[in-house]
Amino acid sequence: MELNQYLSIFIDEANDHLQALNENMLRLEQQPEDIGIVQVIFRSAHTLKGMSATMGFEDLASLTHEMENVLDLVRNDKLSINGNIFDTLFKCLDSLDGMIQDVVGGGTGKDEVGELLQRLKAIVDGDSGGKPAPANSASSATTASIVLDQYQQSVLMQSLESGYRAYFIEVTVREDCVLKAARAYMVFDVLERLGEVVKSHPSVQEIEQEKFERSFSVYYITQTDEEVLKERISRVSEIESVQMNAVDKASLAELQGTTTDTAATERETAAASAPAPSAEAETAAPRRAPASSGGGSAGPRTIRVDIERLDSLMNLFSEMLIDRVRLEQLASEIRRSDLTETVEHMARVSSDLQSIVLKLRMVPVDSVFNRFPRMVRDLAKSLDKKVDLVITGAETELDRTVIDEIGDPLVHLIRNAVDHGVEPITDRIQAGKAVTGTVHLRAYHSGNHVMIEIEEDGRGINRSKVLETAVKRGVVAAEAAKGLSDEEVNMLIFAAGFSTADKVSDISGRGVGLDVVKSKIASLGGHVSVQSTLGKGTTFSIQLPLTLSIITAMLIKLGSEKFAFPLSSIVETATVKRENIRSMHGTFIVEYRQSIIPVMSLAELVDSPDYRDQEEAETEMLVIRKGDKMAAVLVDEFIGQSEIVLKTLGKYLTNLDLVSGATILGDGQVALIIDPNALFK
Amino acid sequence: MAEELKVIVFMLGNEEYGIEVDKVRTIERMTPITRVPKTPEFVKGVINLRGVVVPVINLRGRFGLAETEATENSRIIIVAANDMEVGFIVDSANDVMDVMSDAIEVPPEVVGGIKAKYLSGVAKVENNRLLILLNLSEVLNRSEIVQLEQFGSES
Repeated sequence: MELNQYLSIFIDEANDHLQALNENMLRLEQQPEDIGIVQVIFRSAHTLKGMSATMGFEDLASLTHEMENVLDLVRNDKLSINGNIFDTLFKCLDSLDGMIQDVVGGGTGKDEVGELLQRLKAIVDGDSGGKPAPANSASSATTASIVLDQYQQSVLMQSLESGYRAYFIEVTVREDCVLKAARAYMVFDVLERLGEVVKSHPSVQEIEQEKFERSFSVYYITQTDEEVLKERISRVSEIESVQMNAVDKASLAELQGTTTDTAATERETAAASAPAPSAEAETAAPRRAPASSGGGSAGPRTIRVDIERLDSLMNLFSEMLIDRVRLEQLASEIRRSDLTETVEHMARVSSDLQSIVLKLRMVPVDSVFNRFPRMVRDLAKSLDKKVDLVITGAETELDRTVIDEIGDPLVHLIRNAVDHGVEPITDRIQAGKAVTGTVHLRAYHSGNHVMIEIEEDGRGINRSKVLETAVKRGVVAAEAAKGLSDEEVNMLIFAAGFSTADKVSDISGRGVGLDVVKSKIASLGGHVSVQSTLGKGTTFSIQLPLTLSIITAMLIKLGSEKFAFPLSSIVETATVKRENIRSMHGTFIVEYRQSIIPVMSLAELVDSPDYRDQEEAETEMLVIRKGDKMAAVLVDEFIGQSEIVLKTLGKYLTNLDLVSGATILGDGQVALIIDPNALFK
Repeated sequence: MAEELKVIVFMLGNEEYGIEVDKVRTIERMTPITRVPKTPEFVKGVINLRGVVVPVINLRGRFGLAETEATENSRIIIVAANDMEVGFIVDSANDVMDVMSDAIEVPPEVVGGIKAKYLSGVAKVENNRLLILLNLSEVLNRSEIVQLEQFGSES
């Protein structure tokens, strides 16, 4: 069988299940008594096992199988869960993750699972006291020998809903029957003429080979009357008895409760766990519903779409946007009212289309956040600290491009918070704080931006220690250090080659982190800041743009060349007389609303070939802002503001600090987008 | 076994050069180029190639030859190599030619003033013509540009 076409589905779903396993294991660790969670975990592991086996990833399948055995004991109250079991199971999850990543990378999903299998087996053998009862012995007589899978159950359910009758039929042949298989065949023949056999036990093949004792049972759908049916079956010779039990929706639901492969269990447990106090559980619960694919009609209706298709949709749309701008120009030149009307209508439609296309690319930050609970747990454990991670706003949406890039910086900041921020337990007790430190991870909308905050109640940033290190490492001159505000001192930790940790741990503290974090966020058009109170804790705030694809920009002219400035960083446009620009210590300054701000000439910055602002008596200027710093940029002429589509300059031209990208104007020309942040140096 | 290689033939000065046809995306006439500041001299800027912004370099400048004004015959050859697309400005491009792989020889140290590392070989073709084949990944080598940039910013 050609399995490649299913591989991407397998990977997606395997990742979903693995994530669900991780989340639920963490929840279980918080509430070890909640058997409902064990059920959900068991279900995920079971599905993962099935999928892996189908795809031929044997190591994955065998590992999940052993995990299932352990979980089965736990949920049947035959084994009480403890730290050792948790650690082993988490190790298994890591190993599973490794194998799935291997599959993603085109590998065969193989891994050394022998040791983990041993450990799992030891748990099953040792802790259960040597009496692992077979799973089905506890169940009631009717369901003892037959377990319906999800598909068969939904077939039964649908038949019942559309007015068919369903029966559980048990047929026993006489003891002296010679040709059991033949009799059974005749029974099946009767059954198949009157309805449909959903499931039989033993399987039809086994029955044909006479691999059954004296009785066999089937789930059966028909429209025929019970009596008629019974009579017809009994008419077959050498049949001793026919037991018929009508299956209705209630008993089917009950059945679902006893088997594992059902979405109903999942929904029930998800619903039951939803009111759990931790925010983590709250965010986890709503995710359950859509994850239960095939489980029923509940949940939002979604489809998976290849990311590349979205990208090409976006590209095509931006092409259209360029043409739209061009059309608008033409219409204003031609001045025909019906043309203008049509173009205006098109502009409206295309701006609606734009918002939809942009929304399509939005992904909840949850897809990044969801790995952090696990990470914090492991970190805290290895550092011997107690840390709670509280996530809020995981449903906040961000552009996919941002989501893809923001993961690493966040990992770093959270590691920092747990490693450097939250103190060891003894220190916390001494300081009179709660033993367990708390790290808040928040995401929320703020205007045209999304804010992500990481707040911990740890020791805070020590100003004098930071300054001392900064001076020692040559990040800042000793003289200048004295005059710095607290905020500026805090920002020093983002400087390259800075680390205040006394000893280097493998978690953080190599001093190559925070500056990378800062530049990464800056490359996403974002901004990171830090507030801290000594002894109380530190908050890192990351401001990110909602989207990276289309921005509003101010277009300006400089001689024959055109440039774009992102509108988000422009405070005001103004004109200034040449004589009001004064020189101070070699830098040019201008008075702007009772304050003095530096003046830059864009013509000089970009080496304009045919424009010099010295020649003008009065020039236009843009006042731009970064944080609380402002500056004026002299330009030749304003063209106006416009929606522009961001394009990269390609891989060949990188390291351009002044230019953040390019856009294509209505006339087909390329205009460069100036990065205003680069002007503040 | 000698294999047949299809190459695009273009001119720089009096020399004939070749690029394998599968590395070439398209050949364009000269279009307006937007200058990009703070780049090496041979980087002429970027063009709009049907909605995609593509950097363009002058191949004469890249090889340290004297740059000339664009003429009616000048062309931009868009090549794709090392995961990037770049346009080369050449004096003219007007031919596709089959070259047998056994007719390709290792280039001598310097050909027409161009360092051998930018070349992958010299092919002898009919009528006693010599075709210089470019080593694209070396021509598009970024580390050299980075060095140039550093050199530029220091000076």
